[in-house]
This record gives sequence, C-alpha cells and structure tokens, in this order.
Amino acid sequence: MPDATGLELLAQDLREAHPDAVADTVFFRDKGTLVVGPARIGDVLQFLKGRGFTFLASVHGVDYYPEEPRLGVHYELLDMREVDRLTVKLRVPTGDPVVPSVTPEWPTADHQEREVYDMFGVVFDGHPDLRRILMPEDYEGFPQRRDFPIGGEPILFTEHAAQGTDYTLGTNVADPEKLATTGEQ
Amino acid sequence: MATTEEPRTAAVDVSSIDHAVSPSDVYGTHDELLTLNMGPHHPATHGVLRLLTVLEGEVVRDVKPIIGYVHTGIEKTCEDKSYWKVVPVIERMDYLAYYFNAMAYCGAVERLLDLEVPKRAQYLRVIHLELCRIMSHMVWMGTGALDLGAISIFWYCFRERETILDLFEMSSGQRMHTRYIQVGGVMEDIPTGFVEKCRAFCRTMPGRMDDVAAILTKNEIVLARLRDVCPLDAQTLLDYGVTGPLLRAAGNPWDLRKAEPYSSYDDFDFKIPIGAQGDNYDRFAVRLAEVYESVKIIEQALDGLPEGPYITEDRKVRLPPRHELATSMEALIHHFKLVTEGFRVPPGEVYFPIEGPRGEYGCFVRSDGSSKPARVHMRDPSFVNLQAFPPMVKDAYIADLIATLAMLDPVLGGIDR
Repeated sequence: MPDATGLELLAQDLREAHPDAVADTVFFRDKGTLVVGPARIGDVLQFLKGRGFTFLASVHGVDYYPEEPRLGVHYELLDMREVDRLTVKLRVPTGDPVVPSVTPEWPTADHQEREVYDMFGVVFDGHPDLRRILMPEDYEGFPQRRDFPIGGEPILFTEHAAQGTDYTLGTNVADPEKLATTGEQ
Repeated sequence: MATTEEPRTAAVDVSSIDHAVSPSDVYGTHDELLTLNMGPHHPATHGVLRLLTVLEGEVVRDVKPIIGYVHTGIEKTCEDKSYWKVVPVIERMDYLAYYFNAMAYCGAVERLLDLEVPKRAQYLRVIHLELCRIMSHMVWMGTGALDLGAISIFWYCFRERETILDLFEMSSGQRMHTRYIQVGGVMEDIPTGFVEKCRAFCRTMPGRMDDVAAILTKNEIVLARLRDVCPLDAQTLLDYGVTGPLLRAAGNPWDLRKAEPYSSYDDFDFKIPIGAQGDNYDRFAVRLAEVYESVKIIEQALDGLPEGPYITEDRKVRLPPRHELATSMEALIHHFKLVTEGFRVPPGEVYFPIEGPRGEYGCFVRSDGSSKPARVHMRDPSFVNLQAFPPMVKDAYIADLIATLAMLDPVLGGIDR
C-alpha cells in the first residue's frame, strides 16, 4: 500500500508530466486519492498505467449534492504486481456534465461509464455507445442523483392505464396538470 | 443425377430444382446475417439476460448483451436506510453471493469507522464466506451442466447446496439472504452442533466432488463441448476488467484472498487453482478445484476458531445483549438510539474489495457524517465480466455461446442491482 509520501511523489511526477492535471491529493484510511481536472482524465490514467496501475477495477459515480460541482466520477486503479490501489476522482457540474471517455483505452469502462451516464447524467465524450444501460431507454431523469426522490417513480396500475397516464413521464397524458399516480392536482 | 438442360428461370418453380446443385446456385449465396433475439426469458440465460445475436448460419458474428430487466434500484434504496439496515438490502444484489455482498459492505463501513473486528468474528465470517462460495459454485455447476444437457449433475449439486443452506439456517435462521455478517462482526455466535455438522459436511464434500468430477471430466460429450471452446487470453480479460475464476482460468493467479488478505485469510493455508488455456474447460476446472480449497479453508477455520466475542464490543455500533436491556439503563439507551437512528459514521469515502465466487466485489461507500450512507455502490463482478462475453463468443457456434454463458456464470441480480 502506498503511504502518504508515496502519493505526494506520484502527484509530483504527474504534475511535471501534465501541469494543472492534479488538483488535490487525499490520503484517507491508508489509501491515496488523486483529484484531477475532468479534461485531463485520459492523460492521467495513461500516465498511471505507465506507473504500474494497469487494471481499472471500477468506475462509479457520486452525487455530492448540495456541494458544487455536484457530480463526481471515481476511477479505482489497481497495480497487480505491487498490490497497490489508487483512486482518481474528478468533479463536474450538473450544468456541463461532460467527461472525456476512457473506454477506447480501457474497454472495461464501457458498461460502467454507461451506468454512470444512466444514473447521474454524466456525458462521456467519445464513448462508442453511450446509451442507458439499466433503466429503460425512454426513461427521463437520472435516478441516482440525490435530488431524485425515492418514491417519486410513478407506477402504472391498471386504473391509471385507463386514465391514459404515461408511466415514463409521470404525467397524465390526458390532463398534464394532474399527477399520474393519484390523478390529483 | 443428370442436370437439366433447360435454364432455370424462376426459383419458385420447385420442379426445376435439381438436387445435385446446392441451393445457393439457385437462390444465390446466403451471406446475409440473421439477427436473433435470445431472452430476456430464456432458460439458458441464467436469469433475465437478453442477448441480441448476429448469426451467419450457425456462427455468432456479434452479440450484444442487453441488461436492466431486474434493476431494482438497490443502490438508491441504500441511501434511505441507516447503515445497519442496508445489509439485508445489499445482500439481494448478487443473490448467490449474499455473504460476499454483506462482507464487502460491512468491510467498507468498518474501514470508515476504523473499527477492529474480533478474531472470532473474522473466522466465523471466513467459514460462512467459503460455505457461500461452495454454494454458489454448486448452483453454477448444476445449471451449467444442465446447459450442456446433463441433468443428473444438477440434482447432485443441489443436494450439496441444500446441506449448506441447512448450515446457514442453523447459524442465522435463514437459508438465503441471512444477514449474518453485520457491521462489527456477525449477528450471533454459532449454535451448539454447528461445528460438528460443518465438519461432517467438510468430510463428505471432497468425495462428493470426486463423484461429480468423475462423471463430468471423463465424459466425451462434456470434453468435446468445453475443451478449446471460446478461449480468451489473460491480457484481454484484464483489459475488460475480468476477475475471479475466469481470469485464473487464463493463467493469472490473481486472488484477493492471497493478494490483499482481509478477514484473516492470511491465517489459512490454501492454493489458488489456475488454468492454462483460458477455455471453457479451464473455467470449469478452476471452479471445481476451488471447491476443494474452500473446504480446506473451512476445516482450518473450524480447527483454529478462537474464543472471544463474535462482534465488536463497541456499543455505539452493535446492539447491546438482549438480557442487559432489563437491567441496564445505558444498554436501553444505546438500544433505542441504534434502532431508531442508527450509528453515525465519520465522513469519508472508501472502496473495499473482496474476492467473491465471480471475482472482485468492491463496495464503495460514501459517508457524509450522518447515520445513512450518502452513496453505496457495488462493483459487481458479473456486471463487469459480462463485457468479456462478446469477444469470447465471437466466431463461435451458437451452441457454444450457451456453454460459454454457463461457464461465465453471470448472476443477473448482481448485474442489474
């Protein structure tokens, strides 16, 4: 496991190779984290690949609501020879949630970036097939965001179908002023 | 047969077709591709997995897995539950590896809390994790053999699985989704008679596996269906993020139990079975060999089971013993606080990986300092491993696609979460 000093040295090397790539370093519970700018993520991961972190274990999203910028994407890297783990984190605002895709260099990121897009609405620029993966294709909204309510999902019951409600939009098609689930205002 | 002299004009004129010439001479060559949908409800897809296959004759040219049919939003649900109430929900992700889901989550929370787990609890966890690994491999082997057309293996494997579920029922009261592992240790100490029953299982299991191996590994049909079928090299697997038996079958001995020991795995002596070719037979053989190693680990854990508490003594995290509630005001307050609000966890983010039956189960937990996790994410190996399925089956026969899917061992509950 890398110690705090090792993390700083790594960050220093990274800063020399790519100035303004590393925004911050965090060392928490015996594990290092590099906070990077979203635009340089491809360069950073490629640099770390050269330093032995050749396995991308996980890509996942986080919503830091109410902090800004809200959306985070985490890359869990693993060095199998040194048995060393490193997290690379970046943050993007909800207004411009664009992150360069790393799928061309890391095929494992394919499904995982799609999941982050599906759940948080982070757009991965350059992803070969950026579609929803777990939610239905015509779904609206990003359900893992913190401001997406639990129980806010309208459920289509038989009686609602008779009212002409659309479960994906959550609105009453016949009367958009009414809520889909209850038929109330 | 003689060929007709008359020129063939219309293909629909059946009488004009001579059987000495191939249909392609009459109709033109059939180089067009057929798109065939398999699933989501298909007995060979091991759950609700939909495969959009592109076939050229019987040969698979492309396959697109379409998932999400059993997405239940477990990660979202976790954000609305206090830390200790997340365990039963998160166990239902990969429904064959419930101990592993719980272990990855509890390990992450314990790391956030900086909490030491007693040695006895660690050993009890190891016993149940390895039992669960055998149980998962039994389901895989039974259903996998079923896909190859061998139904008797299914009954043998499910007999062993039942024995393990009986053990789970004995220690926790539940057969599946036991909620046995919890933050700080395990739910309860093992009852009287558990050790003896578990030892009896460990004595019989290798012989039972020998029987299954004797039926399968010397079977001409099984060998023809598995050997040299759909191999994939270790580097490609690593690029796709594949871990677990699939990666080990290709010759890479990566196993988190050895590489990054957690829960006292470094106390036990066991081997990591690896394959050489990375074909379907190796995938099968590696899992079969893992069962023997798991039995060895369980036996060692039973032999060396230390005395002591089965859960941490930290009353801020664990529920007080039931009998104290009648006599101790402090215990009553702790009980009330834990049951109503739950315990608070210092802010931070951790990723806790463990080795499950399908690979790396990595649980990411973010705490904002409250009593509910701000984000829970499971890096499920089935979800990641599924990406390696299209390169595996490209240019293979469609029958081998079924066999490869069986040897991939995806659990759709884990993929969709």
